[in-house]
Amino acid sequence: MKFIVAGILFGIIMFKSEAASWYRIQEMFRFQSIHMYGIIGLAVGLGIPMTAYLKKYNVKDISGVPIVIQPKSWSIPRYLIGGTIFGLGWALSGACPGPIVVNIGAGFIGYVVVLVFALLGTFLYGLVRNKLPH
Amino acid sequence: MLFLVGTGIGGWLAANYLSEPGYIVAISQDTINDLTSLGFNKPNGYVPEEHFGLVALQSVKSFLVLATGGLLVGFGARYAGGCTSGHAISGISNLQPASLLAVVGFFIGGLVMTHLLFPLIY
Repeated sequence: MKFIVAGILFGIIMFKSEAASWYRIQEMFRFQSIHMYGIIGLAVGLGIPMTAYLKKYNVKDISGVPIVIQPKSWSIPRYLIGGTIFGLGWALSGACPGPIVVNIGAGFIGYVVVLVFALLGTFLYGLVRNKLPH
Repeated sequence: MLFLVGTGIGGWLAANYLSEPGYIVAISQDTINDLTSLGFNKPNGYVPEEHFGLVALQSVKSFLVLATGGLLVGFGARYAGGCTSGHAISGISNLQPASLLAVVGFFIGGLVMTHLLFPLIY
């Protein structure tokens, strides 16, 4: 239940902030408005002190288990190539994974195709991951 | 999975009960000019209905755009080990160099698609 409630809040925020709008993503990649940079900048501006607080005081979750964030190990090809592939898809479809689902909920049926092929993409990655530089 | 179900419900609630009917995303005039010169219609809603609504499924080109976009997002998100919220927001909040590099990648891809490939596709 708590996951559904968190998801509903996330979906409403993504839609109403217009971060799930193809138009806003185009505007962002053309550097023609501060809109998306404001959303991401504010999220990071709040996220940095909150994450620092979680780590400094070993904050525990509601069931009493300490919250531990596993850092990602460094790799140039993995993040640069993987990130670039993701960015190509983000600009083309106008949505990253969360907003794909938000748009389906909002009734834009084309995003069902995006979702099906995104799942296919994750499967395809599983097939070729051993051949890719990481 | 339950989180994603909630995300979809959230999108549905926001679109149907928390927005004015006929609401159009107010992007900047520069972006509208760029998009119309590529042949897009003026903004007519939350996303371009002709490319992402039901009608998009009847056009081979629109279908290919949706399918390719999805494949790249899915493949890239797993290869890079995260997406916009995972790397750009949570990762940078954790001051993680790997996430900053992933975000550089997101922008390389996004800028190439928007500025070099969009004129070829549309």
